[in-house]
Amino acid sequence: MSHPQEAAEFLKDPAKSKWHDDTLWFIRDKRDKMSHSVPEWEELRELASSIKDNVLGNLADYLEEFERNATKNGIKVHWAANAQEHNEIVLSILKEKECKAIVKSKSILTEECHLNPFLEKNEIEVVDTDLGERIVQFLGQPPSHIVLPAIHLKKGEISELFHEKLQTEKGNEDPYYLTQAARHHLREKFLAAKVAITGVNFGVAETGEFVVCTNEGNADMGVHLADTHIACMGIEKIIPKRKHLGIFLRLLARSATGQNITNYNSHFRSPEAGKEIHIILVDNGRTAQLGREDFRNSLKCIRCGACMNTCPIYRRSGGFSYKSTVPGPIGSILSPGLDLQKHSSLPFASTLCGSCTDVCPVKINIHEQLYRWRQEITKAQGTSVKELSMMLGNGIFKSPLAYNYSGKMMRLALKNLPKSMIYNPLNVWGKQRDLPTVPKESFKEWYQKNRS
Amino acid sequence: MSSRDSILGKIRSLNLAQKALPEIPDFKGAENLVDRFRTAILGNKGEILTPDELISKLESGVYPTVYSSVTEFSNLANQALPTDSHTFAKLDLAILKGQFGVAENGAIWLEDSDLGLRAIPFITEHLVIVLDSKSLVSTMHQAYNRIGSQYSGFGLFIAGPSKTADIEQSLVIGAHGAKSLMVVLV
Repeated sequence: MSHPQEAAEFLKDPAKSKWHDDTLWFIRDKRDKMSHSVPEWEELRELASSIKDNVLGNLADYLEEFERNATKNGIKVHWAANAQEHNEIVLSILKEKECKAIVKSKSILTEECHLNPFLEKNEIEVVDTDLGERIVQFLGQPPSHIVLPAIHLKKGEISELFHEKLQTEKGNEDPYYLTQAARHHLREKFLAAKVAITGVNFGVAETGEFVVCTNEGNADMGVHLADTHIACMGIEKIIPKRKHLGIFLRLLARSATGQNITNYNSHFRSPEAGKEIHIILVDNGRTAQLGREDFRNSLKCIRCGACMNTCPIYRRSGGFSYKSTVPGPIGSILSPGLDLQKHSSLPFASTLCGSCTDVCPVKINIHEQLYRWRQEITKAQGTSVKELSMMLGNGIFKSPLAYNYSGKMMRLALKNLPKSMIYNPLNVWGKQRDLPTVPKESFKEWYQKNRS
Repeated sequence: MSSRDSILGKIRSLNLAQKALPEIPDFKGAENLVDRFRTAILGNKGEILTPDELISKLESGVYPTVYSSVTEFSNLANQALPTDSHTFAKLDLAILKGQFGVAENGAIWLEDSDLGLRAIPFITEHLVIVLDSKSLVSTMHQAYNRIGSQYSGFGLFIAGPSKTADIEQSLVIGAHGAKSLMVVLV
């Protein structure tokens, strides 16, 4: 199904979609307040973007430097060209450790690689330990947002789910009560796991260390209690020097949730005595994206989710409508590079208002890339209905006479047409929108009467 | 060809233009480090205690099992450092010493030598970090300057207790890690 069809599903529950819209906007607002409290905010964004420019221009060298230093520190480095190879590497480590159950903390990359179904097929129990991720895992769903995995669910639904899965009291919707139930349930899993998997927020070439940020502390609970830590990292997550963490950690949480910083920011450099750390460096389409000049910048993304929280389309259509691991504006420029056919409607799921670009902490020109993808897709697909209507629009604006005339027609039409003409299923525009009150005369007519 | 060589080869074959790394200016950050730090910790849902307040809490007996790596409080602790962190599954309180704090966000830096075992600040039910108020720096830039190239297998910025808002964005303190963070400024 295309994005508009999926979005229509989400909008069937107007109260819930309104809550979704308002809640994400509230987070966007917190992000604004936080960013305004840092006088050098714009300078930090510029610096982060330039550092990432440098990384993308020297990626091979930095990856080798990272590998060299990490190996020196006693970390075992693996390389995976694609999702399949990534999953095979994880499985081979688990087999070597004779491990049948693992705990995993939020990793969008392992979602991208579909690691869970792969491991489950190989009879390994996977427990996602981030609360939101555990909730969607119980439901057999993917996360609908990269930072807020269960933002599409209401507490009533979670209460019912926990009643079934964790035997909580029926009808008890108290978030504290439900969170404590999850805490007890997951603590058993943490204490029993021999292997823990995490994602990576930043890998530092200079030191060979990598950084993982959480608020719940689930990544650390997992890895410090297990004997083996497997960290999965996209190759674009490299930064050159340790001091650059200062810039990225100032930007990340403020952009993501409007916090000063995440409560836990862990720097892994070498394994604890008697334990092992493995890191898997994953390509899976990233080198191909690096080769696309117009879309290369999308690899600067630090996965804060700010573009989702601000996007008028994402807020009103929900994460699932994108049918891609990373939804929202950034996902709509990353995903077509992975599968253009499957994701061809995503670059059109945007008003091109540019709000995503404005909030991006690494200054990715997201809305411009969305426009560029539209051009690529239209070239590949021929003329679409939407484009035809845009062409009509262009024709009207090109001729002043036609514009005056059509304005009159429109004012008449809006007043007199039965609503069924506007709100009919053929007119996509009419969905979720109300028409403005129609003025009696055009601005030009008013001006001639009153000012000339 | 190995995946390593093919990935590196693909990147190099693109022959991308190299752009210089930017210089990071000296962002001074605000003054009043103690006030800013205090505000940040409270904002992160942590607490600030005086040493006396901590001692009276310890003496009240609300924490049956206490581990302390800080010598000033070790007479009030009753747990020794185990060899396996799982032993601390029911630990009520851990008292650790932080190396320095960051005023802009309340983050406190700890390394392997401060932790004993890496799991301690997470597995403990409640956490106390003792911090010298003269150790505060202004921003994360000063923080990384201060860490410099010092080597630790594990390093950690803790800025508050374990928390989540994954259920309808309602903030809940005490997800998987410590249910409270009390910072004792000395």
